[in-house]
Amino acid sequence: MMRALSWLYLAAAYLFIFLPVAVLVVFSFQDGRLPVPPLQGMSLKWYEKVLSDGDLMAALVNSLIVALISSAVALVLGFLAAHALARVKLPGSVLMRVLIIAPMTVSTLIIGLGLLTFFNQIGIRPSLLATGIGHVVINLPLCFAITYAAMGDHQKNAERAARDLGASEAQVLWLVSAPMLAPALAAAFFLSVTFSWDEFIIAFLLTRFDVTLPVEIWSMLRSGLSPATNAIGSLVFLVSIGVVVLAEIFILRRRA
Amino acid sequence: MTAPVSIRGVRQRYGTATALDHVDLEIAAGEFVVLLGPSGCGKTTLLNIIGGFAEPTEGQVLIGGRDMAGVSPKERPTTTVFQDYALFPHMSLAENVAFGLRMRGVEKSGRLKKAEEMLALVGLAGRGNRRPHELSGGQRQRVALARALAVEPDVLLLDEPLGALDLKLRRAMQDELKAIQRRVGTTFVHVTHDQEEAMAIADRIVVMNAGRIEDLGPPREVYLRPKSLFSAGFMGEINRIPVNGDSSPLGLVALGNDRERVLCIRPESIRPAELATVGALQLGRATITDAAFFGTHVRAHATPLAAPEMQIVFHLPQSVLPAPGEIVDLAAMTWVLLDP
Repeated sequence: MMRALSWLYLAAAYLFIFLPVAVLVVFSFQDGRLPVPPLQGMSLKWYEKVLSDGDLMAALVNSLIVALISSAVALVLGFLAAHALARVKLPGSVLMRVLIIAPMTVSTLIIGLGLLTFFNQIGIRPSLLATGIGHVVINLPLCFAITYAAMGDHQKNAERAARDLGASEAQVLWLVSAPMLAPALAAAFFLSVTFSWDEFIIAFLLTRFDVTLPVEIWSMLRSGLSPATNAIGSLVFLVSIGVVVLAEIFILRRRA
Repeated sequence: MTAPVSIRGVRQRYGTATALDHVDLEIAAGEFVVLLGPSGCGKTTLLNIIGGFAEPTEGQVLIGGRDMAGVSPKERPTTTVFQDYALFPHMSLAENVAFGLRMRGVEKSGRLKKAEEMLALVGLAGRGNRRPHELSGGQRQRVALARALAVEPDVLLLDEPLGALDLKLRRAMQDELKAIQRRVGTTFVHVTHDQEEAMAIADRIVVMNAGRIEDLGPPREVYLRPKSLFSAGFMGEINRIPVNGDSSPLGLVALGNDRERVLCIRPESIRPAELATVGALQLGRATITDAAFFGTHVRAHATPLAAPEMQIVFHLPQSVLPAPGEIVDLAAMTWVLLDP
């Protein structure tokens, strides 16, 4: 009895999480003009429409570029900061650590507004570059926190041994620290990519002509519901899942 | 490759704490020196100063006659074997051992050949393709040793390298370490808190306590003729009997002494007077309180008739097992008089 109830609970929990996505995916195949019940038959025409929409595809490519580059930058900066703060004990190192992580608690709306004002002052126009910088700002604390948490004495001792054997600081980082932290670095990178890929508020505030995918979807939504938005939503979901699966494979393979 | 090490007037402070207090030590080229002492005695600090991981507050370190002030670990002719091995988990054993040579710009085939030689030296021939996680603790420490020796340092520093191994393996590795040191001829400076390990491997033991050198010399000398009470007690069990001139709680002892000192006698130096040879120091009669068989010997406690509050520990041959209450006449074969 208890056993049946716990299975039931599990099923209900998964249903709660995945029902909206399932509905979105099902009605992206709607053979009609509205993504609402009843289902009038299966069709791929909305996917055809979406994939042949130049603006949407350009936005998708923009999103990918921004996600990959901003995540890579956030990862390098976060890793270097974590490495320095884990190794050197300075009087203010606790404060420095808190200050690096602090932006995680600030809403992206506030960060976006701040960046918008600041960029205006120094003459950076709303653009993909500006959005990318914004995404580095939100992902850097994440990359820092993940890599910092993964560093332990084991790591420090191996670095010490490498230095003792004649490695320069750059060689220690590249040949010892980074490979030893590979699982954490991969996790931080993939997580950053998914955050950047989904991020709307900063991208909305900091782009104008070239936009990222969430901004493009938002402007599609303004002209009303259509199975086309379901189709693009399904594609976005597919990419996110793909990234998560990649991360799982990459990290689990490393651990095994 | 080998070189002498001179430590001159080294003092190390951390804030108000003094980790090392005016340490002077001369280590000859090719010597196997063990720094021995309890935790916090400054032995690891001294090793770090020789290796360049810490700069002394005062004093000088010379390796091969060259002043090491301001010389970083990578520039020094020293390498270190760490207690936790500190192997690179993402590299094969051969890559681990070849790392130092890679940093020195030796090309790949040359350094892998050398790595194979070094792995053979530590008894891991043909296992270069394995990864560190496939090895046991003892094997990992061998790889760490091979890695540190591969760059042919003048001085090899070993920071409690056997500390993480179980007792049996530790004893086996000691013999091997000694044999490897003989073969390569490098100066070894080894830190441990295990006095048996120190005696098994050292040419010379340096006993340290509270940031100072208490005693130094070959194992036999430090054990049998310690220069301080601390050293006497740290090297093994010892009986301490306060004496003033020739009078002691046991009565008069024939020492020819003229002041207040402590008479120190190792348990194995004490035996029943009838088994003692000429020249033994008579300790008088004592009552056995207990005796137990210890394998190599029988360990017994006795209370001197002259000093019922005192207890003397001594060893007897395996064949003798006295009963409690028995009275024995005790004599010491070797002893030292130390200042309190």
